[in-house]
Amino acid sequence: MNPDNYIVLSAILFSIGAIGVLVRRNAIIVFMSVELMLNAANLAFVAFARMNGNLDGQVVAFFVMVVAACEVVVGLALIVTVFRTRRSASVDEPNLLKY
Amino acid sequence: MNTGEAVVFWICAILAVLGAVGMVVSRKAVHSALWVALTMINLAILYVANSAPFLGMVQIVVYTGAVMMLFLFVLMVVGVDSSDSLIETIKGQRIPAILLTLGLAILLVWGIGSSLTGAPDLGLEDANTVDGGNVQGIARLLFTTFLIPFEATSALLITAAMGAMVLAHRERWIAKPTQKVLSIARFRGTVHPGNLPNPGIYARHNAVDTPALLPDGTPLMESIPAPVRARGDVAPVDHVELDEVKAISEGGTQ
Repeated sequence: MNPDNYIVLSAILFSIGAIGVLVRRNAIIVFMSVELMLNAANLAFVAFARMNGNLDGQVVAFFVMVVAACEVVVGLALIVTVFRTRRSASVDEPNLLKY
Repeated sequence: MNTGEAVVFWICAILAVLGAVGMVVSRKAVHSALWVALTMINLAILYVANSAPFLGMVQIVVYTGAVMMLFLFVLMVVGVDSSDSLIETIKGQRIPAILLTLGLAILLVWGIGSSLTGAPDLGLEDANTVDGGNVQGIARLLFTTFLIPFEATSALLITAAMGAMVLAHRERWIAKPTQKVLSIARFRGTVHPGNLPNPGIYARHNAVDTPALLPDGTPLMESIPAPVRARGDVAPVDHVELDEVKAISEGGTQ
């Protein structure tokens, strides 16, 4: 068994997150799927850091976590704002932007 | 990778994939959030197994502790029962989406996996000990090589906090009602403005099932608590008893 397994696991988790983004209609679940994809990328970064023998990958994963935290804060505020005006958290509802 | 790490990997990998699949398939958003929390805890264990103990702890504190709980807070605001509808807005979108994503998974696993043959596995023992530990090593990188991005993330965090405050702020369009306005509204309303009379004050008993008697002797049903009234547990205050009350009040004995 070698560290490639971590990369394969990260690819599988990324794909499951992509399925969630494409299939689910609740904005919060779509958002959680994006978080899952970010986590999968983090796992790949950590595994690559271990394979290459330096800590740069871990620092990049740390930055990804910080950016993900900011993204969650702003995104959830947006979801709450949209919910207040439209009374819905579905990603299909704000289609008024088309007109 | 030794045997112990293989055992940890397989247990945590299976649990992480299980959590991810559960997140996608569960109908209720709260269940999805809890499944994602399971996945994130298992990923934290995998980070620690990859000799990244600092990132493992940060994963637990930031992701399962802060981000997922923030998700749960927002779910409580938005409404827990806002379960997903299964109606497809775009006809026939779900099956191609799943098939294409499976293709993406095969592409990723096959492409990256084949390019990884003969990849080095140097391990982080040297990098984790040269500065005295994993945290010290990451700190040295953060404050030397990655200093400018690190400062930029602080600006990003401040901006995100400001953005959340602006987005979640709600302007008050009508003036806050004062105590005078509330009082006038209460007395103009249809509801009894003050306290309801206590039960049993003018009757022989002061138990809660005995209605208070008005000066003319009629029982006041509003003095009985509403649950007792709804159960039908009102004690009978009929005219026989009223006569007894009258006899007692006029000094007679039973």
